[in-house]
Amino acid sequence: MTAFAASDTLPLLAVLVPLLGALLIPLFHRAPNLREAVTLLTAAILLVIVVQLLPPVMDGARPGAMLIEAAPGLSIALRVEPLGMLFALVASVLWIVNSIYSIGYMRAHDEPRQTSFYVCFAIALGSTMGIAFADNLFTLFLFYEALTLCTFPLVTHKQSPEAMRAGRLYLLLLLGTSMLLLLPAIIGTWVLAGTTTFTPGGILAGKASPLAIGFLLALYAFGIGKAALMPVHFWLPAAMVAPTPVSALLHAVAVVKAGVFSVVKVIVYVFGLETLTLSGGNEWLIYVGCASLLLASLIALTRDNLKARLAFSTVSQLAYVVVGAALAGPAGVIGSGLQIATHAAGKITLFFCAGAIYVASHKTEVSEMAGLGRKMPITMIAFLIGSLSIIGLPPFGGMWSKWALAMGALDAGYATVVAVLMISSLLSVAYLLPVVARAFFLPPPAEPEAHGELGEHGMHQGAHSGEHSGEHSGEHAAAAAKSGLQEAPVACLIALCATALLCLVLFFQADRIEALLQGIFIAP
Amino acid sequence: MEALWSHLPALQIVIPLLGGVLVALVRRGSLAFALTLVVSWVLPVVSGLLLYQVLSTGPISYALGGWPPPWGIEYRVDVLNAFVLMLVSAIGAIIMPFARRSVALEVGERRSAWFYCMYLMCLAGLLGVAITGDAFNAFVFLEISSLSTYVLIALGRDRRALVAAFRYLIMGTIGATFYVIGVGLLYVLTGSLNMVDIAQRLAVAPPEQARAMVAALAFLTVGISLKLALFPLHSWLPGAYAYAPSWATVFLSATATKVAIYLLVRFLFSIFGGALDLRSLPVAEILIALSVAAMFIASFIAVYQSNLKRMLAYSSLAQIGYMMLGIGIANQAALTGGLVHLVNHAIMKAALFMAMGSLFYRVGTVRLTEIAGIGRKMPLTMGAFVVAGLGIIGTPGTAGFISKWYLAVGALDRGWWVLVFLLVASSLISVLYIGRVIEMAWFRPAADGLAEAKDPPLSMLLPLLLLAAATIYFGIDTRLTAGIAGEAAQFLLGGLR
Repeated sequence: MTAFAASDTLPLLAVLVPLLGALLIPLFHRAPNLREAVTLLTAAILLVIVVQLLPPVMDGARPGAMLIEAAPGLSIALRVEPLGMLFALVASVLWIVNSIYSIGYMRAHDEPRQTSFYVCFAIALGSTMGIAFADNLFTLFLFYEALTLCTFPLVTHKQSPEAMRAGRLYLLLLLGTSMLLLLPAIIGTWVLAGTTTFTPGGILAGKASPLAIGFLLALYAFGIGKAALMPVHFWLPAAMVAPTPVSALLHAVAVVKAGVFSVVKVIVYVFGLETLTLSGGNEWLIYVGCASLLLASLIALTRDNLKARLAFSTVSQLAYVVVGAALAGPAGVIGSGLQIATHAAGKITLFFCAGAIYVASHKTEVSEMAGLGRKMPITMIAFLIGSLSIIGLPPFGGMWSKWALAMGALDAGYATVVAVLMISSLLSVAYLLPVVARAFFLPPPAEPEAHGELGEHGMHQGAHSGEHSGEHSGEHAAAAAKSGLQEAPVACLIALCATALLCLVLFFQADRIEALLQGIFIAP
Repeated sequence: MEALWSHLPALQIVIPLLGGVLVALVRRGSLAFALTLVVSWVLPVVSGLLLYQVLSTGPISYALGGWPPPWGIEYRVDVLNAFVLMLVSAIGAIIMPFARRSVALEVGERRSAWFYCMYLMCLAGLLGVAITGDAFNAFVFLEISSLSTYVLIALGRDRRALVAAFRYLIMGTIGATFYVIGVGLLYVLTGSLNMVDIAQRLAVAPPEQARAMVAALAFLTVGISLKLALFPLHSWLPGAYAYAPSWATVFLSATATKVAIYLLVRFLFSIFGGALDLRSLPVAEILIALSVAAMFIASFIAVYQSNLKRMLAYSSLAQIGYMMLGIGIANQAALTGGLVHLVNHAIMKAALFMAMGSLFYRVGTVRLTEIAGIGRKMPLTMGAFVVAGLGIIGTPGTAGFISKWYLAVGALDRGWWVLVFLLVASSLISVLYIGRVIEMAWFRPAADGLAEAKDPPLSMLLPLLLLAAATIYFGIDTRLTAGIAGEAAQFLLGGLR
């Protein structure tokens, strides 16, 4: 009995531990090594807590507790269910890897304001845990907004005019959609259903007309702007001005994942799959999702900037999750869950690689990356692995999510969706693999005398301070000239190898994730 | 003790009034401050006891001078005005420590005794409006508070404060005139000035008097709307708030308009509500339309202000729109939202204006362009600004969200989807004007003139941080705010015809 009670406080701990870490980090402002140790320690403790929750959730328990009731309909309550468990697990594992990567990246760049960077990062993780374990719409909304606000300083980290513009777009689009659409949707749900608690089977059954359900679904689908469903995706490509660890946070660890997670959670626990199918209100979302999926892939093809290409790839991959949930069948939902996990591992690898390339050779455009495979073989192999996983080829995790989504589409009777998924996979081959092919098979551009000068130039810039954070340090260029190898700092390499490995591990562990997600449909 | 207990309603007014007279006799600013501080800290005890008494035993009637109502003046305390009394006196007590240094700097040591005297008069006037059960007595208190407010504003350092005060004087006097005409009409109709008595007599008035009743209602609504700065009768407010001494702005923004809103609620629901079928008159529609206009237009104007006190003043106008919206929708949830926003807005706006006061105290300016990078120099001050600003935006987890939630639920209970969207859309505009300040303060390199800036002394910082904390606290635990506001709303709606 005591063990059970203990697990009920774990979700709260999972939210509080990162926030506590955020309080401790500034104390070590003057000792960067200690400061980073605090971040890593906090991340490790968080992972231990989240892993503790896994066995009871697998056994069908739903640990959690009601914390405060602010007003009718506005209570803060946490409860762990399979989807949230998976999301929390993904986020907490990737936070550790991302922190290691951040240390390498931020130091190699000599970035300013690193303390506030790590503080905001920790708060973002606390908010993410809150989203993952939210037991009702208000709690979800509370942490959703908190995540938006605490990632704003991260997106604008460079504080250049361009970064501030992107930050404003980020904030206004995310806050705008959530306040204009998501909040009315939550209020509408409360007025219609008289509750906002996530309940297996949904809370709207028999409470709302099919028309109201379709309308509410639209408010949710576009109101949760973090899901980046077209046409509310603009913020995501704009936000790539942020440092790479932040991009990884946005694209893989927390932000967009919080978005699609919320969409899936709302569809499963607010609408209920049966209610949604019966109302027919989900059909438009399938088509909008498919359109978003294809369009974003096509746009990705046209982007030469690597991070922009990856950003549109993310928009496309997120639409997979939305489509999976919109199919409103168990197989689709499981596919969505798998896609959240496998895309996270794949995309974080790709972003880590993009950042490593930037740190080591200061290249951002795909067209400049010819021959890079010889200088950065480890990075480019990891990039290949991430790409293959995103495309959905074995032996990497991404294959299973694509498979499950296709099965889900067939189950629901949407053969066209299967075709769309296949076409999109082909498109992702077309926009991801050329990066690797160029790097390995094209000769590097001739860099005669300019190289040495560039190195010296970089040294000057480095001495000038962190304002020009983009400049790679002179020593790197000098070292590269000697050995021919020009890899990113070791911390970055460790991180990107770890996530590439994770893509492989997920291929063999997918059945366990599936078993976890099956728990959604088993009545407790 | 027993004797004192029964005279609590009188004490609520007598203490600040006598305090004001006493302070007027004092020359030294520090002594005047000490006296004012004592008075300000005693008052919430009195209103706390009154609130407790009302919540446990029901409305209190107190016959002033022993003359029984309706002949004598009656002080009548029910849930609604006990709530307002508590709000005014608590805010006064919390912000008082902030006054000493801020007033000494902006008003000057020589004139601060005058300032405190006028403040206590103003406080007595506001509490008097809230506590009295007599329509004409309310006018007297309204004028006491208004006249002292004119002085408080005119004591501002900037010469434009004189113009602002004069403008307020003219507009305020017009408002007062409308109010008296309205009360006069009611007196002609009923022969009484006691609110309860008027309500009872109006309820049984013959139908041919309905036209006169509507005229009285119109005069009173317009007159009080001038005092509470409902759009488009708001023109006095931005200048007054911008040029008054910082601390006076803190006090006025948190209390003065709130008391006027209370008075309007009292007339609409407790006096006319039982006599006229308000739903058949276009009162609600007009109030809702003007509120929505205020929410949007004032917010838009706020976005373009470079003087931050002026910006916050326009923000107040928009927030007054929220409160009036709740009164216009007039169902349980919306009225609760409107009333709870009296408190929530008072807390948040007082914190924001105190942050401005601290800025002025340290760097001598509240212009947006001159505070670049101030966040890292005055982290606690600007941190409190961020928290209170998030409250104004209505971020979940802050007090502002609670008000917005109740208002939206109320609008949706009526089936007004469009109003819900307007409500959330207008709060999005506040993201712009609050965000502009936050971006300038936190995301810019520090300006040259600010190298020496640091957080203000503890006496100024503590009230600011306390109210910032309250913004969060009342976003999570709403028993004291929404709980009591809900009871007041129920009480008011119960009296409707």
